[in-house]
Amino acid sequence: MTSQVSSPAEGRPDDGKEIRRLDRVIIRFAGDSGDGMQLTGDRFTSDTASFGNDLSTLPNFPAEIRAPAGTLPGVSSFQLHFADHDILTPGDAPNVLVAMNPAALKANIADVPRGAEVIVNTDEFTKRAMAKVGYDESPLEDGSLDGYSVHPVPLTTLTVEALKDFDVSRKDAGRSKNMFALGLLSWMYHRPTEATEQFLRTKFAAKPEVAEANIAAYRAGWNFGETTEDFAVSYEVAPASATFPPGTYRNISGNLALSYGLIAASQRADLPLFLGSYPITPASDVLHELSKHKNFGVRTFQAEDEIAGIGAALGAAFGGSLGVTTTSGPGVALKSETIGLAVSLELPLVVVDIQRGGPSTGLPTKTEQADLLQAMFGRNGEAPVPIVAPATPTDCFDAALEAARIALTYRTPVFLLSDGYLANGSEPWRIPELDELPDLRVQFAHGPNHVQEDGSEVFQPYKRDPHTLARPWAVPGTPGLEHRIGGIEKQDGTGNISYDPANHDFMVRTRQAKVDGVEVPEITVDDPDRSANVLVLGWGSTYGPITAAVRRVRREGGRIAQAHLRHLNPFPRNLGEVLARYDKVVVPEMNLGQLATLVRAKYLIDAESYTQVRGLPFKAEQLAAALKEAVDRG
Amino acid sequence: MADNALSLVPRAEGKQTMKDFKSDQEVRWCPGCGDYAVLAAVQGFMPELGLAKENIVFVSGIGCSSRFPYYMNTYGMHSIHGRAPAIATGLAATRRDLSVWVVTGDGDALSIGGNHLIHALRRNVNLKILLFNNRIYGLTKGQYSPTSEAGKITKSTPMGSLDSPFNPVSLALGAEASFVARTVDSDRKHLTSVLRAASEHPGTALVEIYQNCNIFNDGAFEVLKDKQQALEAVIRLEHGEPIRFGAPAEDGLGSKGVVRERATGELRIVDVTEEGTDEVLVHDAHARSPMTAFALSRLADPETLHHTPIGVLRDVERPVYDTEMSDQLEAAVEQNGKGDLSALLHGHDTWTVAG
Repeated sequence: MTSQVSSPAEGRPDDGKEIRRLDRVIIRFAGDSGDGMQLTGDRFTSDTASFGNDLSTLPNFPAEIRAPAGTLPGVSSFQLHFADHDILTPGDAPNVLVAMNPAALKANIADVPRGAEVIVNTDEFTKRAMAKVGYDESPLEDGSLDGYSVHPVPLTTLTVEALKDFDVSRKDAGRSKNMFALGLLSWMYHRPTEATEQFLRTKFAAKPEVAEANIAAYRAGWNFGETTEDFAVSYEVAPASATFPPGTYRNISGNLALSYGLIAASQRADLPLFLGSYPITPASDVLHELSKHKNFGVRTFQAEDEIAGIGAALGAAFGGSLGVTTTSGPGVALKSETIGLAVSLELPLVVVDIQRGGPSTGLPTKTEQADLLQAMFGRNGEAPVPIVAPATPTDCFDAALEAARIALTYRTPVFLLSDGYLANGSEPWRIPELDELPDLRVQFAHGPNHVQEDGSEVFQPYKRDPHTLARPWAVPGTPGLEHRIGGIEKQDGTGNISYDPANHDFMVRTRQAKVDGVEVPEITVDDPDRSANVLVLGWGSTYGPITAAVRRVRREGGRIAQAHLRHLNPFPRNLGEVLARYDKVVVPEMNLGQLATLVRAKYLIDAESYTQVRGLPFKAEQLAAALKEAVDRG
Repeated sequence: MADNALSLVPRAEGKQTMKDFKSDQEVRWCPGCGDYAVLAAVQGFMPELGLAKENIVFVSGIGCSSRFPYYMNTYGMHSIHGRAPAIATGLAATRRDLSVWVVTGDGDALSIGGNHLIHALRRNVNLKILLFNNRIYGLTKGQYSPTSEAGKITKSTPMGSLDSPFNPVSLALGAEASFVARTVDSDRKHLTSVLRAASEHPGTALVEIYQNCNIFNDGAFEVLKDKQQALEAVIRLEHGEPIRFGAPAEDGLGSKGVVRERATGELRIVDVTEEGTDEVLVHDAHARSPMTAFALSRLADPETLHHTPIGVLRDVERPVYDTEMSDQLEAAVEQNGKGDLSALLHGHDTWTVAG
């Protein structure tokens, strides 16, 4: 929060109040699971995106659908970071906390630094509600919030009052308090309002009176900000015009981007998309999204279990579809045997793992990247599988295309390792032109590919492309190419069952060589003056926090290089050479050091692991401190 | 609704023979195994079906019978234990121009793959499932299976198994199967007639084939095969025919008949020479309710196999999963137009950054 300049806002009536200009703001909405905090955050995000700020979001909600009201486990929150420049994370410490009840205050206040604004719904601060979360005295009165800029607002009462002319019950009127809060924050931060009003009209198209009541609450919140003396200042955060290359933009979450990436892959490959899936948090949204797009020829199959989900996808792949299965860590565990079969059958298959906290059921709604070694090694036998990991929510689109490219080119299952943070987080996305997307068309086998000693031509299902080592994809319905494949070891070429020791040795090494030989882009290093001794190496969703932390270190004069892995198997060919250039390699991960283990094993370097498994992304400040410490140690 | 299961499958151009369906692979079942008879029956039946063989796919799981696809000169996949119905579901749902067959066993289909079997049946995917039931685990050398009789002494149950067996036909009927039949490996004519009915059925067809494992459970179905014993043990079901079995009565049909108990609705076996033929049930495979088919399936004694019904117990039409899935795709195109990728990516809320 720098460069505070007073200036009148453009296109908005002068309300006589001071306006400060900020370069960035972090807002956290927090309330009960049933308070509509995710919706409130989504709307504020949409309005912020269309305003032209750069932004990053962090929804955080419990696994329980409706935990007991007013309890700490039931608190749901949505954090949004927006700025007039490019930003990389949802932010460490909120500048504003909106707490809809005592539980929300208690669960979130520790993250909020003194000096920040705290807007509380005083109506919910009853003795009973406070006692429920262990407040013996009201935190609004006992001095524990000293140093915060507290705005006690009777949100429920004000909302009910604003809706008194509507034909809605007092209880229903009170439920619109999230829209009142949204209106208030929209006033504070000069957000455009038309889109939210339009959104409410569309959402409640079947109940126009509910739509109008919500809009009235939203406007009442705005007007409250404008008129009440408690809010003396409003803030402007200018659009991040310089940040964005020219183009058409939208805001998009990781799971939506990933879904679109799969549809785009199907279109670019000219193959029908088949998704076999079983509902699991946080991957279900991909199933929901893809099931909406049947007019793209997308078939979605909600299977009886995880195993059937991938089984059906593999069956569809055998038949010539782009087969995909989506799941999270526990589902991957169940799918392992079928992934091994796909390795053996050498059929294209995309396995999407939206990682969550583990082990076992773990933290279903929280993020983690602890499935890397499961993706890498979690199968019986030597069963190598390429792994692609998106770095940001928008990168989920490109990573899905990349996973499909590898699967189709090399006839192999491919892991796409996203996580809960990328899945639910969102950011602005420059919508690509279709001709920017890769051409993924494949050639099915259509005739014999081998001449036998006697001169006769035959089809060999395991005769490989000498360049990619991929075997032909001969789909049923092609005359003359009838063949049988299976999980038993196959003879090179013919694909017939073979228990021959030398053949097995050859086939195991060939499957490994095929995956090792997958062409992936070289890793690039950000090392501005080529003077750093320390390299920070990340993968997947830690890209944002690591990059933000690196910027901080550099701002303070620290010299540090950064590289980020999008391909975890195989690694980029130049990775070993890059790692060898630095005296020290630090690997931050949301696990206990899985990538560090891999690079230590493969490149024999003393990679330093920096880890956390709190179900939340790294905070840039904390990561910067750790990196700075590594730089200072030299 | 339900078209013929094979209406979208291309026909063979020339005349086919059994030889066309034999692959070049050496068959490696134990000499004397019942699987040989089933393989021969299927290979012999395929030319009658007259489909382009490149449009036929056999998918199997794990077990002795699951080697079946290697011996068929069609497309085939020998997959993993229990998962064949799931894999075949994905194939059949995306390729309605294929005739998809699943070959499985009692362990594969009813133990490790039980979940996939019942869900394939309730979905009514266009699959023909051949369940080879030998009431034993053969490939792992002789443990009891989920269809083994209670108390069976095997390598893993030296003091007798404690499990009650499944009756696969009852299970399938309970799982909403639209086609359920039972036949016996050694009765090629009957087996072929059941294959014929199954192949034409739109949706999932489950065919239980009693199959002898001459190594680990020899003679398990002898009572159904021995001519004299079979008279009493086997109830042959024919649609539209009275359910009669046993030594012939004066009218040439069996001297035993199946009747319904008026008070309870249960089925009962009577001697028609004493009680007459008026009350004898006429088999109706197309009955909407599976109640009578289920009651028939329960007549068999799991220990002795006496009163085992064979033939088509149930054959009804109901919506077929892959047909309806395909219809939804067409309806979506009708409603929303063919998918436009650029429009999809743009969505509704965009903004432009000028250069």
